[in-house]
Amino acid sequence: MSGAVDPDYTVAHSRPKAFYESFERKEELQHQTHYCPGCGHGIVHKMLARAIDELGVQDRTILISPVGCSVFAYYYFDVGNVQAAHGRAPAVGTGIKRSRPGSIVIGYQGDGDLSAIGSAEILHAANRGENITVIFVNNAIYSMTGGQMAPTTLLGQKSTTTPDGRTAEHEGHPLHMSELLATLGAPVYIGRVGLGDNRQIAQATRAIKRAVENQVRGLGFSLVEVLSPCPTIWKMQPVDAQHWVRDVMEKTFPLGVFVDRTNEMQPPAGTNTAPAIGEIPRILGICAGDAGLAGEIPTSQTGELDLRVRVSGFGGQGVLLLGEVLAEAGMDAGLEASWLPSYGPEIRSGTSNCHVRLASSPIDSPLVMNPDVLVAMNEPSLKKFGAGVRSGGWILYNGAMFPPEYVREGVHILARDFTREADAIGDPRAANMVMLGVLLEIAAALPQASIDAALRQCVKQPKWIDLDERALARGRALLREFMERGAA
Amino acid sequence: MDKLKPDRGLLKIDENECKGCGLCVEACPPRAIRIGDRLNHCGYRAAIYTGAGCTGCGICFMACPEPGAITVFRLVDRRTLPVSDSHVPVEGAVPCASN
Ligand SMILES: Cc1ncc(C[n+]2csc(CCOP(=O)(O)OP(=O)(O)O)c2C)c(N)n1
Ligand code: SF4
Ligand code: SF4
Ligand code: SF4
Repeated sequence: MSGAVDPDYTVAHSRPKAFYESFERKEELQHQTHYCPGCGHGIVHKMLARAIDELGVQDRTILISPVGCSVFAYYYFDVGNVQAAHGRAPAVGTGIKRSRPGSIVIGYQGDGDLSAIGSAEILHAANRGENITVIFVNNAIYSMTGGQMAPTTLLGQKSTTTPDGRTAEHEGHPLHMSELLATLGAPVYIGRVGLGDNRQIAQATRAIKRAVENQVRGLGFSLVEVLSPCPTIWKMQPVDAQHWVRDVMEKTFPLGVFVDRTNEMQPPAGTNTAPAIGEIPRILGICAGDAGLAGEIPTSQTGELDLRVRVSGFGGQGVLLLGEVLAEAGMDAGLEASWLPSYGPEIRSGTSNCHVRLASSPIDSPLVMNPDVLVAMNEPSLKKFGAGVRSGGWILYNGAMFPPEYVREGVHILARDFTREADAIGDPRAANMVMLGVLLEIAAALPQASIDAALRQCVKQPKWIDLDERALARGRALLREFMERGAA
Repeated sequence: MDKLKPDRGLLKIDENECKGCGLCVEACPPRAIRIGDRLNHCGYRAAIYTGAGCTGCGICFMACPEPGAITVFRLVDRRTLPVSDSHVPVEGAVPCASN
């Protein structure tokens, strides 16, 4: 080919990289979506994928799929994915964003999901100004379940639950979520766009990118409502459904930007970045090998502290108090602390338990499923929680004989009749504090002054404070004896 | 082909990924797309490029709900392109990514 015209073409618009190349989670047709022909969800997915590509945030994006036709959004986006319970995406997103501040959290919700069952979650997330992005796909109906009325259904619109059309008298007026949320002080950006024609589609593409970009810049809460066709439930041809968005839906839901504070907002001073790879094992609670007793639990001297404790026993054994004193002492020492009691009828009888975490960095979840230390006041507690203790961790068991079926390789066991130890000091009810003393000696993370302060905070009677102090000291001594015996 | 000037754009539709919704047909300003007669493996009549008139604007791409049914190409101007610039030459069909 020489001389004349030699036309070569280069790719200008193609499948965004934020999509998986093949949708492996789908059982069949792994290059197509599961959406009906002409469904707006597919178009919104493409806009979002493109925004993720253009902003270069694929590696740190976490998408929250809703319940509704888009429940399987995680089939398509090659990002971090979480699928939330119906309407809960903003609450789940809040948790993810707060614990992973460097991530880009995008909640994807339908109008049933966001404006009906999830109306409280979106309202409060927006009101707190969570630094997340919400893509709100409004097709004015519950599509996945076959076309029931949504809060956003238009007046006169037929649905399976309003067969003669929605009336204001019976079902109220369509909810204008964007306008409602725009009354709040915190949101940075709230806008409504449509998929009704080329012009609207171009505008929607820009708005979605903007809403993600605001989060990348650390500005705060952004929401884009997208008026979106559902040809199947609307019983229209795809092109007619598209035009219905523009010609009918838009009359009830005018397009526009309702809040735009992007210019007023200052990005936060300390920029939040994703943690270094080397940090991840610690964050996930994965500990490298057995480092021997002294190095078992990272302490404030050796670096980052992240102590996870589960305390369990019968009601009345002081399970919750033990946890409370530990958490209070942590707070006094300037650590992050969480104490999550399991309340219920078992406070009086039956098994009662609590989760305690003390850490140098903010705590993501107060739940402790794999404790460093399990304080088991009785056998049912061992049965319930013994298997969860992490390798290299400890089980402190209140009983002279440790039931052999719960012995686990790589888990340290200290079994003692702590009630008898407490009795020797003056009151069997101080067994919990003897066990706390052991725990404190293992963790070696808290100054004695903080423990004393916590005890005074949680225990009111001077008689008990005195007793508990002796019990703690007895516990500490017990561990030292135990270690010496082990070393000998 | 006897054209003096090549089209500025070129369109490839993955026939097997297309669901025949017709949104691209509606979206294309120069009306360069139509729905074909053949059924694809899903039983949809897929959209096809008429073969001429594409400007490479990409409007159909954003209107299409399927992730990769449409790929839009743009003419590379050889006179302004540095020799080293990479681009994908297109001959005939784009490899079909479909099922
Ligand atoms: C807790 C709970 N309540 C009800 C349902 C049933 N349900 C599934 S999808 C849906 C409505 C979804 O509508 P929308 O959010 O508008 O999404 P669309 O399907 O229209 O995209 C409902 C009520 C459920 N799955 N879970
Ligand atoms: S029922 Fe409606 S919203 Fe659901 S996939 Fe089909 S067109 Fe989309
Ligand atoms: S790129 Fe533009 S001109 Fe080309 S087929 Fe698509 S809409 Fe038509
Ligand atoms: S918009 Fe996409 S799915 Fe619909 S007919 Fe065109 S190529 Fe096919």
